[in-house]
Amino acid sequence: MNEVDPHLDVGAYVLHALPPEEEAAFENHLASCPQCRREVEDLTGRAVQLGTAVESQTPPPELRSRVLQQITEVRQDHVVSEERRDRSAASVMRRHRFRQRVFKLALAPSVAAAVALGGVASWQHTLAEDAQGQVAEAHAKTDALTGVLAAPDATISTAKLADGAHASVVASRTHGQAAFIASNLPQLTGHQVYELWYSKAGQFRPAGLLPGAGHQAQVLQGQLKGATAVGITVEPTGGSPQPTSDPLSILKVPA
Amino acid sequence: MDRGSDAESGRDSYACRRDPEDARVNALLTRVGNGDAEAFAGVYDAFAGPVMSLVFRVLRDRAQAEEVTQEVMVEVWRTADRFDPERGAARSLVLTLAHRRAVDRVRTAVAARARELRSVACEQERPFDTVGEEVEVREEHRLVFRCVAELTEQLRVPLMLAYYEGLTYAEVAHSLAAPTGTIKSRLRQGLRHLRDCLEART
Repeated sequence: MNEVDPHLDVGAYVLHALPPEEEAAFENHLASCPQCRREVEDLTGRAVQLGTAVESQTPPPELRSRVLQQITEVRQDHVVSEERRDRSAASVMRRHRFRQRVFKLALAPSVAAAVALGGVASWQHTLAEDAQGQVAEAHAKTDALTGVLAAPDATISTAKLADGAHASVVASRTHGQAAFIASNLPQLTGHQVYELWYSKAGQFRPAGLLPGAGHQAQVLQGQLKGATAVGITVEPTGGSPQPTSDPLSILKVPA
Repeated sequence: MDRGSDAESGRDSYACRRDPEDARVNALLTRVGNGDAEAFAGVYDAFAGPVMSLVFRVLRDRAQAEEVTQEVMVEVWRTADRFDPERGAARSLVLTLAHRRAVDRVRTAVAARARELRSVACEQERPFDTVGEEVEVREEHRLVFRCVAELTEQLRVPLMLAYYEGLTYAEVAHSLAAPTGTIKSRLRQGLRHLRDCLEART
């Protein structure tokens, strides 16, 4: 047994049996080991054969409609360059890999959707990876955000705003909370602020101010309760108890 | 990337065996990469069942398996542009992703962890109990079962614990009271023997 042989990890790697930090280290090694890459490809085929040799389960028909519905709202990542495996991209991805993995472990698919819907998908791939890192940082700061985004019953609504901005609301009825995620929100004048609202039957309840423009992600203040939508308006600095301008967008929160 | 000989030929023989169906779904997934939602429905129909089956095998919880299946299929949609049929079949890509996400889920869910630890002692052979119950076991399944059964216990048990139970190599080592380096080595050996056996019979 040679403990220092880095090739040794190839089996555990293919089986997804390495912990994140060792997996990242092995992927670094892979970048400079064509022989290992070939073995990974070859053994991955065997793992896949193990994966097909299981008792069959039939997904419920609703799952098909849910997925087909969901993809209409999820933007695709577009690979801009064939050089996606080049060293610089690989190193950027690697730098973020551990953090991303923690992020992926902790957060539900709705987050990937939220990130994509936040307008990130149109970025180059590596930038998208960075953006996920940024969301991961937000996640580290705000457990509440994680709680909503990772909730098993999280729903997502999305809207295009003017000027290329996108907004999404991820809501969890079990958590009684909603998160607002936006990208490319235009800068406001010095005397204005973005304010969020819970809305129900045409009534608005203040749900907090955004600290700035551009990319924003935060949990709305106050409980979701019976709110059926989340709105965003531009208000005078300090916010308002009721909207003083037409909402830029009203995002529905599914019951 | 330079091209070697031995591993290369092995992969080719695997790829050839499924050729017509593989070619069909590869073409579909390529179209999905261009935003073709209709092609995605075809990809869903081809893979949702196998994905759900594998994910359920790892999670043993139908509700969670459905969630993860949904997550995987949406991720397939989102990342389809990265698919390159030259680098491997769609089936391999999708099932590898499904296994990854199932394992991710197992490692986050405390309940699932407890399930795993409970299962370690008694369920190592489980995937093979079900052979006879399958109404229709495809020839390839039978072959995989036979080759897994032919592995020595030393190689088979770590492979089963890692792949189907989602244990890390360190957890496998712990549950078998074996050194971690030994387990890493056996996982690799197990896959290699499996490969040799499958190739010898096709």
